[in-house]
Amino acid sequence: MSENQNTPADASTEVTAHGTDHGELVHPERFTDPGVPEHRHRLTDTDPQANKRAERTVTLLFVLSILGTVGTLVAYVMVPPEGGTSGVRLSTLLLGLGLTVSLLGIGIAGIHWAKTLMGDHEMIQERHVTRSSDEARTGAVADLKEGAADSGIGRRGVLKGAVLSALALFPLTIAVPLIGSVGGDWKVSKFKHTLWEKGMRLAIDPSGRPIRAADVTVGSVFHVIPDVTEEYRESHEWITEKSKAVVLLVRLDPQDIKSEQGEGWSYDGIVAFSKICTHVGCPVALYEQQTHHLLCPCHQSTFDVADSAKVVFGPANRPLPQLPITVDDEGYLVAQDGFAEPVGPSYWERLK
Amino acid sequence: MSTTASTKHTEAPAQPTTGAGKAADYLDQRTSIGVAVKEFARKVFPDHWSFMLGEIALFSFVVLLISGIFLTMFFQPSMALVEYHGEHPANMHGQLMSVAFASTLEMSFEVRGGLLMRQIHHWSALIFMAAIVVHMMRVFFTGAFRKPRELNWLVGCTLMILGLAAGFSGYSLPDDVLSGNGLRITDGVIKSIPVIGSFMSYMVFGGEFPGEHIVPRLFTIHILVVPGLLLALIALHLFLMVLHKHTQYPGGGRTNQNVVGYPLFPVYITKMTGNFFIVFGVLALMGATMAINNVWNYGPFDPSPVSAGAQPDWYMLFLEGALRLMPGQGTEWVILGYTLSLNVLIPAVVIPGILFTFLFVYPFVEAKVSGDQREHHVLDRPRNVPTRTALGVTFLTAFIILALAGSNDLIATHFDLSINTITWVFRILLFVGPVFAFWVTKRVCLGLQRKDRELVLHGHETGRIVRFANGEYIEVHRPLDEQERWLRVNYDAPVPLRLEPKTDARGVKRKGYAADRRWHRVSRFFFEDRVEPVTPAELAAAHSHGEHDALGAAEHPALEAGVGAGTAQEH
Amino acid sequence: MKALAARRHHRLAPVVLLLLALLVTGGVYAALAPSTASAETASTADIETGKKLFQANCATCHGPSAEGRDGVPSLIGVGAAAVDFQVSTGRMPMQMNGPQAEAKPPQMDEEQTAALAAYISSLGAGPSIPTDAQVDPAEGDIANGMALFRTNCAMCHNAVGAGGALSEGKFAPALWETTPRNIYQAMSTGPQSMPVFNDANITPEEKQDIIAFLVDQREGSAGGNALGGLGPVSEGLWGWVVGLGLLIGAAVWIGAKSS
Repeated sequence: MSENQNTPADASTEVTAHGTDHGELVHPERFTDPGVPEHRHRLTDTDPQANKRAERTVTLLFVLSILGTVGTLVAYVMVPPEGGTSGVRLSTLLLGLGLTVSLLGIGIAGIHWAKTLMGDHEMIQERHVTRSSDEARTGAVADLKEGAADSGIGRRGVLKGAVLSALALFPLTIAVPLIGSVGGDWKVSKFKHTLWEKGMRLAIDPSGRPIRAADVTVGSVFHVIPDVTEEYRESHEWITEKSKAVVLLVRLDPQDIKSEQGEGWSYDGIVAFSKICTHVGCPVALYEQQTHHLLCPCHQSTFDVADSAKVVFGPANRPLPQLPITVDDEGYLVAQDGFAEPVGPSYWERLK
Repeated sequence: MSTTASTKHTEAPAQPTTGAGKAADYLDQRTSIGVAVKEFARKVFPDHWSFMLGEIALFSFVVLLISGIFLTMFFQPSMALVEYHGEHPANMHGQLMSVAFASTLEMSFEVRGGLLMRQIHHWSALIFMAAIVVHMMRVFFTGAFRKPRELNWLVGCTLMILGLAAGFSGYSLPDDVLSGNGLRITDGVIKSIPVIGSFMSYMVFGGEFPGEHIVPRLFTIHILVVPGLLLALIALHLFLMVLHKHTQYPGGGRTNQNVVGYPLFPVYITKMTGNFFIVFGVLALMGATMAINNVWNYGPFDPSPVSAGAQPDWYMLFLEGALRLMPGQGTEWVILGYTLSLNVLIPAVVIPGILFTFLFVYPFVEAKVSGDQREHHVLDRPRNVPTRTALGVTFLTAFIILALAGSNDLIATHFDLSINTITWVFRILLFVGPVFAFWVTKRVCLGLQRKDRELVLHGHETGRIVRFANGEYIEVHRPLDEQERWLRVNYDAPVPLRLEPKTDARGVKRKGYAADRRWHRVSRFFFEDRVEPVTPAELAAAHSHGEHDALGAAEHPALEAGVGAGTAQEH
Repeated sequence: MKALAARRHHRLAPVVLLLLALLVTGGVYAALAPSTASAETASTADIETGKKLFQANCATCHGPSAEGRDGVPSLIGVGAAAVDFQVSTGRMPMQMNGPQAEAKPPQMDEEQTAALAAYISSLGAGPSIPTDAQVDPAEGDIANGMALFRTNCAMCHNAVGAGGALSEGKFAPALWETTPRNIYQAMSTGPQSMPVFNDANITPEEKQDIIAFLVDQREGSAGGNALGGLGPVSEGLWGWVVGLGLLIGAAVWIGAKSS
């Protein structure tokens, strides 16, 4: 508010300091604005040698920029990104440093020029209130009224309704086909289905070798995928299915197992759990052999593998679903059945 | 327009002779550009380093466009699977991957300067967001969002959210394991949305996660939709900035009716151009020397692996931190057979909702509770608006605690701490930290204001001790010069809104009293503690007591005048 | 065949398998690296020396006959590889309690380590020390190593082996300095929190591939300074400190009045 009352009288384009005097006896409510501080001259304004020096520096910086550009071009021709990591690194470094010199040369030269050689007398310009003048407003309102009357929209109620309806409805012609197709087949029930089924062998990720129960030593952890053909594993469908089907297999000393999600779902201390976190779906893969804890590196949900994968820490709420397993005639680990519940993060109709 | 053109003709009937003159004449006859040049060439801009923060953001965006165009020449947004036959990097040879990932590798290892441009692009994105945040801090703490700039503040907030969208969509394009897990987390968050979550997940991914559509979709969002909106809103942002003329810091001669500074041409335009080259130069230096997002270390997306240190870029860390801090047990509810995952909804939807809502509504809340209808072009010193400054610091504290929580595993390994302990400490800090930060900041602001009063009334301590004949010692104080005094007294200390009585003169209950009372409470929260600026009368009183014993006597009226209210109540 | 299949589930099956694996590695070793000392072919003299060393340095915790006790693992059947890993990285003998035993300068020289390994492996068969040829990174397939590393190891040790946090103050160490032999041994023995990756899970050739990948990582990043290889958090920190720091510094210079 105080500034309002104290606009300097001198609002010309250039000002120097001007003092104000305040009364000794009658005190105003607020202090008065002393005005723009006195202009200080720069070294380059007073010393012609400094001025010359600044000019030389600016020129030199521009020349440096040119050299940087030349350097980049030389590096481009002479140092191709060959020979793997070190070659690419050298090429990137040289091209980048050339570019840096080229750009910083111009930048620093320009700023130095503006700071030392261009005029530095502060200027003052008036501001105006942002709102338009009463006259302009009245004019605008009158114009709008005239236009509205011209169109007759106020009198023609049915027409008004028709216009608005047509405009509101036409986006549907684009939105309906778009929404119809943007979600694929919209069969969200697929969340509940994984590749696991009775008799499906457990295989090592990513090699695809099936796992014999005898090969799983106590303290081992195997990252497991369903045993499908190699051809299938190179399809895109596989990536989507693998996103739900990955399993973590651990062998514990059977005495250490405190509980399981189903009777007989483990095999001789070997337990298998879905690797997809029940929190937001990261692969929970960080197994601590001594504590039997499984930790998610994304948000640190911790599950106790020895105790039905119950949550012991972190933001997950539900245990990881257990995959019931057994062995087939040849000693390979197989699924007894698919998962008993949907794997991965919770969603609204998960239990429906 | 026409008048100017005609003036021009009458003034200079002679045809231009120089080449530049001819070109200008040609252009002006077709565009009347002379008017614009006359209007803008000598337009005055105030100069301050903190006004350059928005420029850094703008110029990083320009660098993003330049490097981004380079990248689009080589990137192929397809999720079709191919075997990689490039010789380098050695750890990717013969691997099955999406075309998007393979083209990222090729542009990094085979295109000369390709890796440089990728790295410049990514660093620019980080700096773009960082510059936006510090620019917003400058605007917030100096009150530059006040009338008439509230709408431009909204444009700015929207730009920040678009920046997040640009960063997120670009980060996921190479289809690597790290960003793939980021997408997977996003999918988990989307699925947690009640009722429509599953369908929204299908909408985003065109089916189940990850499907074959997400990279091309994100590509369109990243190179068309978001940059288009960004460009349009940046144009609006700058248009409004020019329309309002830039704010200026308080000081002698700077008022709400003027703007003090340097002309656009040549000073400001040179400085701006220079700054652009400096920003580009620094980003080029970063791209040349500091590796960023080496996707071949994470490998092509595969839903099974994840690596330690799985985090998003810094501007998304607060969300990651919120997800990490939320305790899971008991926060997933099943209601009538439907699952409501509060353990995901609260950190991923409610917390960012609160943070962004605060940013969007703050200018309007402050305007409402201060009852201030005036235009403001002179900035506030942060100390002079203690509650606003404290709220800003509170916001930042919460943001930083969440971002640190999102890095808790790295804090654990680098400082030999237990990740579980850190998580618990941050869980508590998230509630205690912001409150403490509010209290401390407000106290500091009020303290600084009192210090200002002290200085104005009694001057600077000189360290010179004088002994009088009667044996009394005093320290000589040097009175402030006019400019410094003006800086320290030139502010308003608004008082809380006045609450109209519940009933009117005739005893009839007033409509809207309850709402008024709520706003009155908020207003008291904002302005009850305040320190009034020194008035000339107070200064004269301090002087009349004599320089030397001013400290003793003049203190009391001053305290009663302003500071007393500040110490009395605290909310 | 069926009878054999049934026996595969026998509890001793892994031990039998490991013995077989030992025999095979022994054979490979004899053919490829005749000069390396090994526990399997150790003399009784070595075993005696090892026993003395064990009694002096290890028996207080692991028990006089290495049977272990509450919270201290038994060393019977851990194999020479476990001893060599723990002692040559300085993790054992442990000097103080903590969330986990940390690497430090080794307390025993190579001969003492070999003798100790000989003694422990005489108590019960376990994974043996790999030969130099088995851990030669030049022979591994870097790309396959990458594929295996990111599935089996990166969640703890980070994508490039920069290490990471486990629960309750434990951590997976960085692998920048770890010798190929120690990497191999860690996989086959599963020290401390680390699970075991036996030869059925990750075959010896695959282990060599992983070593090749990790050694290749030591060349650094093609993009310049790798900033610790820690991912987006360190990138963000460097971006703020170096990038925005420089730019704000430049802004202060631009805004300052020339003298």
